[in-house]
Amino acid sequence: MQQESVMTIAHLYKSFGNNHVLIDFNLNLFKGENVVVLGRSGSGKSVLIKCIIGLLKPDKGDIVVFNESIGKMGEVELDKVRARVGFLFQSNALYDSMTVRQNLEFPLRRHWLAVTQDAVNKMVMEALEDVGLAHTIEMMPVELSGGMRKRIALARTLILKPDIILYDEPTTGLDSITGNEIISLMIDIQKKYNTSALIISHDMNCVRRASDRVVVLYEGTCYAAGTYADLLLNEDPKVKQFFEQAIK
Amino acid sequence: MHQSTPLQLFLAEVGQIARFAGKFLLQWFKPRYEFAEFIRQCFIIGYQSLPLVGLTGFIMGLVLTLQLRPSMVDYGVESQLPAIVGIAIVREIGPVITALIFAGKIGSRIGAELGSMKVTEQIDAMEVSGTNPFKYLVVTRVLAAICMLPVLAILSDAISLYGAYLGVNIKGSTSFRLFWMLVVDNLAFNDVLPAFIKTFFFGFAVGVIGCYKGYNSKKGTEGVGQSANSAVVISSVVIFIIDLLAVQITDFLGFN
Repeated sequence: MQQESVMTIAHLYKSFGNNHVLIDFNLNLFKGENVVVLGRSGSGKSVLIKCIIGLLKPDKGDIVVFNESIGKMGEVELDKVRARVGFLFQSNALYDSMTVRQNLEFPLRRHWLAVTQDAVNKMVMEALEDVGLAHTIEMMPVELSGGMRKRIALARTLILKPDIILYDEPTTGLDSITGNEIISLMIDIQKKYNTSALIISHDMNCVRRASDRVVVLYEGTCYAAGTYADLLLNEDPKVKQFFEQAIK
Repeated sequence: MHQSTPLQLFLAEVGQIARFAGKFLLQWFKPRYEFAEFIRQCFIIGYQSLPLVGLTGFIMGLVLTLQLRPSMVDYGVESQLPAIVGIAIVREIGPVITALIFAGKIGSRIGAELGSMKVTEQIDAMEVSGTNPFKYLVVTRVLAAICMLPVLAILSDAISLYGAYLGVNIKGSTSFRLFWMLVVDNLAFNDVLPAFIKTFFFGFAVGVIGCYKGYNSKKGTEGVGQSANSAVVISSVVIFIIDLLAVQITDFLGFN
């Protein structure tokens, strides 16, 4: 049976001056699939994810999300797509001046203007319960631990019930136990809501546990792709360098 | 590699600020209107600045009177002290000092707040959440600064004049009614209007420069500090430049 593609990246190029970050990058993301983009620091993983969500404009190439090209969209169309594509920022990007409740309400009110207060409250509580932090609803981000902030950021991403979630280094800066909890949460969310996810990471534990498919980003291109088990056996030295540590 | 000279860097910065100000002018009247955020910013920028502006205004009026008094006595025009102080405060010292205090408090606040939002990706998060961050963060703050600084300047003038009244009475005896009469009788429309109008431009400068520095903050937390610092320094210099231009313009238009 042919899988339904929710996102296609075709021949993507992005440079900053003489620094060519993405060179003819190609990727397909299918419905209900978790794809991890694996690459070294500074390899262009975050640039890729920011091109997908429209925060950066690619120099060349096309990104098609739900059969519509991001590059051809105006602001209004792009906002509609953004309501269906969640983005978990590496730094969490919680609004410091807002409580947890206000942080979660913000995207709701922005994307769904006609939503009632009762519906907003219900959705906020549901998203917080999904990440196990309903008790933090009136707290400020500064009062939360790193792991809690990551969970709240995830709840804010989930609140719009996105079809695709983009995770930018979801376990960076967390201890291994908290990192594992976040990965478990990501897997649970995928199962519960049947979301597709593009996960940017260099954490091999995250790659192993969360991926259905792994894409190795090397020197701006999609260097290798396959399941974790496939790539673990790959003899190419450039691929092997990522997996050596995992084997050890 | 070609290295820019300080003059080129300065001109480039001026150009960038002018473009940023132009973007504000283009965006502020276009929907969607962030009215709730504008009101919140008016509260923060205006109401929460009032104690500081009031205190400095009071001290300024008091000190100015005490400093002027000996010279006025020497020339035998002590009775004109309220008139001189009134003109000095309303025409020049009130608006400029209020704007400088405002630049220190609000310019640094805006620079640091937006700078911190920039380096922690909060501005990107806002964009992803279907919000135009320029409208939500910049337009609201600049408009609030434009609206609140004139109000603060008027209140500061009033408090300064009260300080001046107390200053007059430390070594003399003048009723409040007489003091007020001497101040008002010697103030003309030409004294009040240009001084009031220039405070809108001061507010615009502080708002735009604070937002520009914060919105374009780089280099992590170090950059946030630099943004806050340079927002105050540049705003303060620009306030004096606007003041200088305002004097020339009012002179040219025959207001002086």
